[in-house]
Amino acid sequence: HGHITPPKPGEEINISFIDKDGEKWDFQVAEGDNLLDIAQANDLEMEGACGGSCACSTCHVIVEDPDLFDKMEEPSDDENDMLDLAFGLTETSRLGCQVIMTKDLDGMVVRLPSMTRNLQASDFVEKKR
Amino acid sequence: LQRRQNSHAASRPFRVAVVGSGPAGFYATYRLLGKVEDAVVDMYEKLPVPFGLARYGVAPDHPEVKNCEDKFNEVATSPRFNFIGNVELGRELSLESLKPHYDAILFAYGAAKDKELGIPGEKALRNVYSARAFVGWYNGLPEHRDLAPDLTTGEEAVIIGQGNVALDVARILLSDLDELRKTDIAEYAVEALAKSRVKRVRVVGRRGPMQQAAFTIKELRELLQLPSVSFDPIPKDLLPPDAVLSSLPRAQKRLMQLLAKGSTNDPATATKSWSLDFLLSPQSLHWSPIHPYRLSHVKFSRNELDPSDPYLASAKVTPKVLSSGKRAEMNIPANIFFRSVGYKSLPLPGMEEDLGIHFDPDRGIIPNDGFGRVINPSGLGERQVLPDGSVISHMPGLYCAGWVKRGPTGVIATTMTDAFTTADTLAADIQERKSHSDAELSLLNEPGHGTGLGWEGVRPEAERRGLRPTTWQDWQRIDSAEKARGQQKGKPRDKFGRVEEMLDVLS
Ligand SMILES: Cc1cc2nc3c(=O)[nH]c(=O)nc-3n(C[C@H](O)[C@H](O)[C@H](O)COP(=O)(O)OP(=O)(O)OC[C@H]3O[C@@H](n4cnc5c(N)ncnc54)[C@H](O)[C@@H]3O)c2cc1C
Ligand code: FES
Repeated sequence: HGHITPPKPGEEINISFIDKDGEKWDFQVAEGDNLLDIAQANDLEMEGACGGSCACSTCHVIVEDPDLFDKMEEPSDDENDMLDLAFGLTETSRLGCQVIMTKDLDGMVVRLPSMTRNLQASDFVEKKR
Repeated sequence: LQRRQNSHAASRPFRVAVVGSGPAGFYATYRLLGKVEDAVVDMYEKLPVPFGLARYGVAPDHPEVKNCEDKFNEVATSPRFNFIGNVELGRELSLESLKPHYDAILFAYGAAKDKELGIPGEKALRNVYSARAFVGWYNGLPEHRDLAPDLTTGEEAVIIGQGNVALDVARILLSDLDELRKTDIAEYAVEALAKSRVKRVRVVGRRGPMQQAAFTIKELRELLQLPSVSFDPIPKDLLPPDAVLSSLPRAQKRLMQLLAKGSTNDPATATKSWSLDFLLSPQSLHWSPIHPYRLSHVKFSRNELDPSDPYLASAKVTPKVLSSGKRAEMNIPANIFFRSVGYKSLPLPGMEEDLGIHFDPDRGIIPNDGFGRVINPSGLGERQVLPDGSVISHMPGLYCAGWVKRGPTGVIATTMTDAFTTADTLAADIQERKSHSDAELSLLNEPGHGTGLGWEGVRPEAERRGLRPTTWQDWQRIDSAEKARGQQKGKPRDKFGRVEEMLDVLS
C-alpha cells in the first residue's frame, strides 16, 4: 500500500507528520502524491479504510498552520461530507487522501489524530449507568 | 511441577476467540495482532463467508466503502489468524465448549434483528417489509434469499424511519437500474427491480428534522443528486432560521443547509420523486377493500414540536390535538411499506448460563465499560475502583466491540475506532497480567483451568456435532467463484444466495 513517486532532485517538497505520540517525521516528496499514500508508504498510522475514495474519513489529518490551511484549495462538498463524520474534527481538518502535494504546500506540517477513544472517568460512569 | 507449568504457560500463545467477522471483529483482530506478538486469533463466523455488513449491509452502489475488505484480507494472511466460518456460536457450538480453550473472548457479532413498530398490519406477509430484510435480500444474504418483495403493487412506497438504512432503501428503489446492474447487487433483485412500479418514495419520521435526521449528509446528497428524481421541498418552518443555524455544530449545520437547498431536479420532468416527511407516527396499515392483497394506505397520527423551542435537538414531540379534542390524523397512500427504525442486537444463547454475561435488553448491547471490557452490573466479577471513586465490575477475559458494544449505529470508521479501543484495552490487560504475575496468562480461565489450545481444542466438539467449518482458503475459493460468475454478467461479483451453493463450490 501507499505507492509514491520519488521526487526528482531539486523538486523535493517538504512535508512533516506528527504522529499520535507527538513524534515528528519529516519527508521529501514529489508533487502529485497525496497524504494518505505518503503516510502509508512511510508506515505511519493512517488507515485509509476506503482506499482513498473519499468515503470513510479514517485518513483524517489536521493541518498545523491555519494560514497554510487557508491558502489550500477548499475541500470539495464530498470531502466536507466525510469530514463531518471524522473523529475529533477541527477547524483545519482535511482528509489525507484528498490533499495532493504541490509546491505551495512545501513545509506543511500535519498532525495525525488518535484513532482510539481516550475515555475519561466520566465516560466510564456514564456507560456504567 | 508448578514451575514446569509456568514456563509452559509463558511460551504458549495467548488465544483469543473473536465472535463475528464484520468490521469490528477484523479491526480488533488487526490491532491486537499488531500489539500483542504472541496473540493468536480464531475468528468464528456464522456464515461460511466473512465481512458481516461490509458484504451484506453496505449498499452495492457503494463499492468504495467495501474497500475496507482489502485490509481484512491482509489481516487474514497472518499465520496467527484463523477463520472458522459456517459455525454459529451459541446455537451450533456452545460458548461453554469454547471457554476452556481460550484466554479471552471478544464479541463482535453485530445486530441480527431489527426493531418493530408494534402497529396493526405490520406482520402482514405481503407489501410490508423490514428494511433489514430488504437490504439483506438485495445484497444476497442467505437469510433473506426468499423474501421476494412484490414491487409491482403500485407506485407509492413508504419507509418509516430516517436513518442511513432508510435512505439506502429509498435510493435502491429510485436508482437507475442500469447503474445498479453494474454493481454486485443480487441478480434476482435486479429482476424484481426491473418490474418495479414504484415511482414515489416517502421517508417518514416521527419528529422534526432537527430532532430526527439520523442519516449522514453524504447519503442525503446522493439521493438529491439522482438523475430524473425530484425531491419535495421541506416546509420552511420545519428548518431552523438563520439565527439558529449559525449556532449549530458544523455537521448539523451543513445537513440543515442541504435540506433547505433540496434538489435542483425539476419535478415536471422527473420520472420519480421522494420526500422526507416529518412529525408523523404510523398507526395502522390498510389494504384495498377490492384487492385484499394490495396495500392502499398508512394511517398516521400527526405530531407537533414544543413551540417554545422547536429547533432544539431535544425538543419535545407531542401528538397534535385538534380543537375538537381528537388527535390529528392523516392517511398517506402506500402500496409497499418498509419499517426502518433501527437494528437490534440479541444475546447469544448460553451467554448468561455459560459465561455469566447479563445482556442489556433495553439498550441492546453487552454491558461494557466503554473501553470494551464486559462488565457485570450485579457486582460479580473483578471489582475495579474508578478514579472518581465509583466501582464497576469487570468480567475477566470477556470483551466486546462494534455494534454489539455501542449499539447499532455508526459507520465503519466509527466501528473501527471502537474496535481499536477494545483491542488496545485487551492488549493493555494482557500486559498488566504479564507484569504482575508469572502464572498462566489467561484472563478468562483460572490458572490450571485453561488448555491454551484454541480451535484445536474446540474442533473435536465441532466434528462431533457434524459441523462443516469453512477455512479462509475455502472463502477464497468461494470468492473466486463469485467473481468469475460476476465477470460473465459484467459485474464485480455475483454472490451465491444460499449457503448450500457456497458449500457446493468446496465439494
Ligand atoms: C444497511 C446498512 C448499510 C450500511 N452502509 C454503510 C456505509 O455505506 N458506510 C459505512 O461506513 N457504514 C455503513 N454501515 C455501517 C457498518 O456496516 C457498521 O458500522 C459495521 O458493519 C458494524 O460492524 P460489526 O462488526 O459490529 O457488525 P457486523 O458487520 O454486523 O458483523 C457481525 C458479524 O458477526 C456474525 N455473527 C452474528 N452472530 C454470530 C454468531 N452467533 N456466531 C458467529 N458469528 C456471528 C455475523 O454474521 C456478521 O458477519 C451500514 C450498515 C447497514 C446496516
Ligand atoms: S481513505 Fe477513506 S476518506 Fe480518505
